Amino acid sequence: MRVLFYILQKEFLQLSRNRAVLRMLFMSPVIQLLILPMAANYEVKNVNLAIVDHDRSSYSQRFVAKVLSSGYFKLADFGSDYNQAFTLIEKDKADIIVEIPAGFERNLLREGNQKLLLAVNAINGVKALMGSGYLNAIIVDFNNELRSELTAPQSLNPLPVIETNPYYWYNPNMTYPWFMVPGILVMLLTLVSGNMASTNIVKEKEIGTIEQINVTPIKKQYFILGKLIPFWVLGIVIFSIGLLVARVVYGIVPLGNLGLLYLFLAIYLFALLGFGLLISTYSETQQQAHSLTFFFVMIFNMMSGLYTPIDSMPHWAQDITYFIPIKYFVEVIRMIVLKGSTFHDILFHLGAVLAMGIVLNTWAIFNYQKTSR
Amino acid sequence: MDRLLNFIKKEFLQVFRDRKSLLMLIGLPVVQIVLFGFALTNEIKNAKIVVVDFAKDIGSQQIITKLASSGYFQIKKTLMNHDQIEAAFKEGNVKLAIVFPDHFYEELLHLHSARIEVLADASDPNTATTLVNYITSIINDYDGQLLPSADVPYQITPEIRMLYNPDLKGAPNFVPGVMAMVLLLICVMMTSISIVREKELGTMEVLLVSPVRPIMVIVSKMIPYLVISLVDLASILLLSVYALGLPIRGSIVLLFAISFVFIITALSLGLLISTVTSSQESAMTLSMLSMMLPTTILGGYMFPIENMPVPLQLLSNVVPARWYYIIIKAVMLKGLGFSYIWKETLILSGMAIFFLVVSLRNFKPRLE
Repeated sequence: MRVLFYILQKEFLQLSRNRAVLRMLFMSPVIQLLILPMAANYEVKNVNLAIVDHDRSSYSQRFVAKVLSSGYFKLADFGSDYNQAFTLIEKDKADIIVEIPAGFERNLLREGNQKLLLAVNAINGVKALMGSGYLNAIIVDFNNELRSELTAPQSLNPLPVIETNPYYWYNPNMTYPWFMVPGILVMLLTLVSGNMASTNIVKEKEIGTIEQINVTPIKKQYFILGKLIPFWVLGIVIFSIGLLVARVVYGIVPLGNLGLLYLFLAIYLFALLGFGLLISTYSETQQQAHSLTFFFVMIFNMMSGLYTPIDSMPHWAQDITYFIPIKYFVEVIRMIVLKGSTFHDILFHLGAVLAMGIVLNTWAIFNYQKTSR
Repeated sequence: MDRLLNFIKKEFLQVFRDRKSLLMLIGLPVVQIVLFGFALTNEIKNAKIVVVDFAKDIGSQQIITKLASSGYFQIKKTLMNHDQIEAAFKEGNVKLAIVFPDHFYEELLHLHSARIEVLADASDPNTATTLVNYITSIINDYDGQLLPSADVPYQITPEIRMLYNPDLKGAPNFVPGVMAMVLLLICVMMTSISIVREKELGTMEVLLVSPVRPIMVIVSKMIPYLVISLVDLASILLLSVYALGLPIRGSIVLLFAISFVFIITALSLGLLISTVTSSQESAMTLSMLSMMLPTTILGGYMFPIENMPVPLQLLSNVVPARWYYIIIKAVMLKGLGFSYIWKETLILSGMAIFFLVVSLRNFKPRLE
């Protein structure tokens, strides 16, 4: 046990001497947490319209006015040339072209129906779907308006109306940062801790100081524990600072039990650091460790469910996410902080991360050799 | 010139000898493009919802069938009260609950109005609004069909044409973004680390006393990574076309030329980082910790830039990936020519020149 104490002393000293890195480790997450969540907003608004009106009749004008007054759209261009509107789509200045054909009013009044062309830039499928959906709803509304004006009231059956009352629980104002801040915090924590853990042993290998440790009677599990604990502490400190920022800047007060959150954090860091150690036992140089870490961290970043919903992924990809530790933490922090979920609710997550931690750490200890090959 | 070639040869040998890193550098983009290309979409589908049907009449059943056949939901039918629904939300598996009250259809027919309660877990506001939108439009649709469908007069029907991505897949949006991100981070990370490494291990001194000009020492370090990046680019493009079914509508030459500019920008940024750091650890921290998330979030492919507050929109201008993303979309998916993207190319080149100039000023041919 005394041995472990001395190793810890050495590690903490080494960490505290590395001022440049230490400063970055604390500053970078805080700065990013202050800036980035504001940018993370999926809400589809500001859909830019290019309207091509070949008819220029009072009905077409009324339709255009109705569309623009809905508040979802911004007018990028109004003209009578489809090709000109299309160049705006190409330049990303417009998202949807609404083409009102010539004879719009005449056909509508005489024949009772009329087509309208919507050409949507669908590279971002969701924006396309939402934008054209809004337009569709406005068109339906416009149809009803015309019908009630132009037909005799008695001939119209009273339309049965189904009212849907949506209730938005946990976040009635739809504040987007509430959702993003906890997730981004977890991602930043993962970047910092994963990185540090994966390069640390390799650094000693590369510089050659590991030989000195290898010839001492220090047992390898103590050595690894000595490497783990400082980063574990560092991770908890960084997480706490982030939580404080979330509270002060974004007004996010965890609804659930803080103790539960820290319990999960402790186990998560155990798994994550084990992962880092495993990488360092497989690498000879820091460069190798970096590229390996980069590979996995990229996958963690994109597949964590932080940005895109996991439910929408194909099944094989959903299965992969079960092996991604950060996925569990992103879910758990959102559950505990926003919904006040309890121990019972996160039991599965807790078990999965704990199991990963045990496997990764055991693997790392077995794979770490005191003699070089 | 001969000396320079020797230097470049040395760097290549060094890179190729480190098999593990090389495998990563070549394999990483391949795995990631395929994985992310198939997996990432911001569409909401297969959401688990609960239907609480107290009515159990034709009306509620017809609506439930309609919901089930839409493909957006995985429906579980149970009877639950609000507390139980809340408990289900807390467990995190259920995103939304629909409650049909007693006598739903009866009231709809006789009173011409009925209510459905929709409860959404809005801890994820995006999913919540999207699901509610899906449900309202499905119910409105059902509502419209209730009316005896004689000729409905005065009908405008929109004809919708989805340009560039008729199946509304996720890949056309995400692949260019991931491409920008992978290329940028690989270049920045690898150049900065490989230069700082020589400083840290002390071998930089040996290189600097050689008769080759110090600047050329640095340039020769960048060249292997330039080559690797071009190989990566080629494999990414091949995969996008043959595995993900994306088109290359524009000119391939243009695509490569501009990617070349982007790669140079990224390499110069890596060079810049290497001049301001002194250990591999700090170079890595700077290039990964402080670049990965900003590139993801401000790059324009995850979150639309026009939604951001103005200061952040301005900030996003300094993210190189943002411009490359626009260019790739324009050339690859829209098939546009250089006249549409000269501005973005100019910005990328400007950045490259800026990074190079600053790093040359920072670069010290002597060790402290």
